[in-house]
Amino acid sequence: MTDQTALFEYLLRLGDNTLVLGHRVSEWCGHAPVLEEDIALANTALDLIGQTQMWLGLAGEVEGSGRSADDLAMHRDVWDFRNLLLVEQPNGDFGQTLMRQCLFDAFHLELLTDLTRASDDRIAAIAAKALKEVTYHLDRSSETVIGLGDGTEESHRRMQAALDLLWPYVGEMFTPDAVDDAMLAAGIAPDLKALRARFDTRIDAILTEATLTKPDSTYAQSGGKTGFRHSEHLGHMLTQMQWLQRAYPGAAW
Amino acid sequence: MTPDLSTIWNWLDQVPDPEIPVISVVDLGIVRDVAWQGDTLEVAVTPTYSGCPATSVIAMDIETALHDRGITNVRIKTQIAPPWTTDWLSDKGRAKLTEYGIAPPSPAGGPDACPRCGGTQLTRISQFGSTPCKAHWRCDDCLEPFDYFKCI
Repeated sequence: MTDQTALFEYLLRLGDNTLVLGHRVSEWCGHAPVLEEDIALANTALDLIGQTQMWLGLAGEVEGSGRSADDLAMHRDVWDFRNLLLVEQPNGDFGQTLMRQCLFDAFHLELLTDLTRASDDRIAAIAAKALKEVTYHLDRSSETVIGLGDGTEESHRRMQAALDLLWPYVGEMFTPDAVDDAMLAAGIAPDLKALRARFDTRIDAILTEATLTKPDSTYAQSGGKTGFRHSEHLGHMLTQMQWLQRAYPGAAW
Repeated sequence: MTPDLSTIWNWLDQVPDPEIPVISVVDLGIVRDVAWQGDTLEVAVTPTYSGCPATSVIAMDIETALHDRGITNVRIKTQIAPPWTTDWLSDKGRAKLTEYGIAPPSPAGGPDACPRCGGTQLTRISQFGSTPCKAHWRCDDCLEPFDYFKCI
């Protein structure tokens, strides 16, 4: 794998994470339990889609084949997506959505913090911009996880169920492969082991305050960021997200 | 004759923000640089939030305003580093926000006072608001809700 190929793959991972999660979160628009939460979810989705434009825009530039951020988002099929399995999981109930958000935000915040020091200025600049937004996302998702975890018997039960369901998708974020190794060697990506330690400290504190129990198992699903095997949910999501470009390729307005 | 840069900054200071029209794009701190490159005027603009839908409208408004003043060649350059911060809001802009009913950003992480009655007993309703740059608060003195310009 050349450095350029690894860089392109890595940028797709960053951009596909924010794209897929941004789309998932936007599915709540008009359906959230209260108006304030509806607005909060839509705003979070908007930030993530904005970050996608920057990451996939840079990916297209690095690839050098003239593909734009829109082309990459709308004209690829499941097997070309490089997002984590966690972010493609369905919304479930409101608690499950916020648990997914909190787990991703905690990882995202630590990752972006390190990427602000990347040897590639373009990556460092996008990370610095995104970090401000993601700090805000984690503030909100962690407060909500704590509020619902340490809430009523029913909300506690649902948050524990959400954590149990989503925990097997946490490991993938920290399991390095050839792309991660190449980016680490290039001074771009952080060491995922060190990142995991910071993630654990952060998540343990949140879960303790939320009176939730972290599952014992270290079993981790894999196949999202490599594109080897996505869960069935991504394909269904793309039929919604991409239907217009599939029906009218290249349509613009 | 090409107009000098201070004249151009004055013109840009008359371009309103599309979502909060009482302040200008210069007040908002998103115009980072204005420079002549030959006969082309290059304006560096930084987005507030990466997904803010007003960003493209702002670029178009700036271009239109400069064309109206007779500058034919305008190039808008998007500059993301250093990232936008509410520290770049002008004092004039902060005062206008308050007058308009939006509490200006405060490093304390919440508004200093209700923009309507000046009350200081305040409750946060939501960390987000009607646009990406705002949060939703309520004054417990006058009981009115109000927007707070988030500090980032």
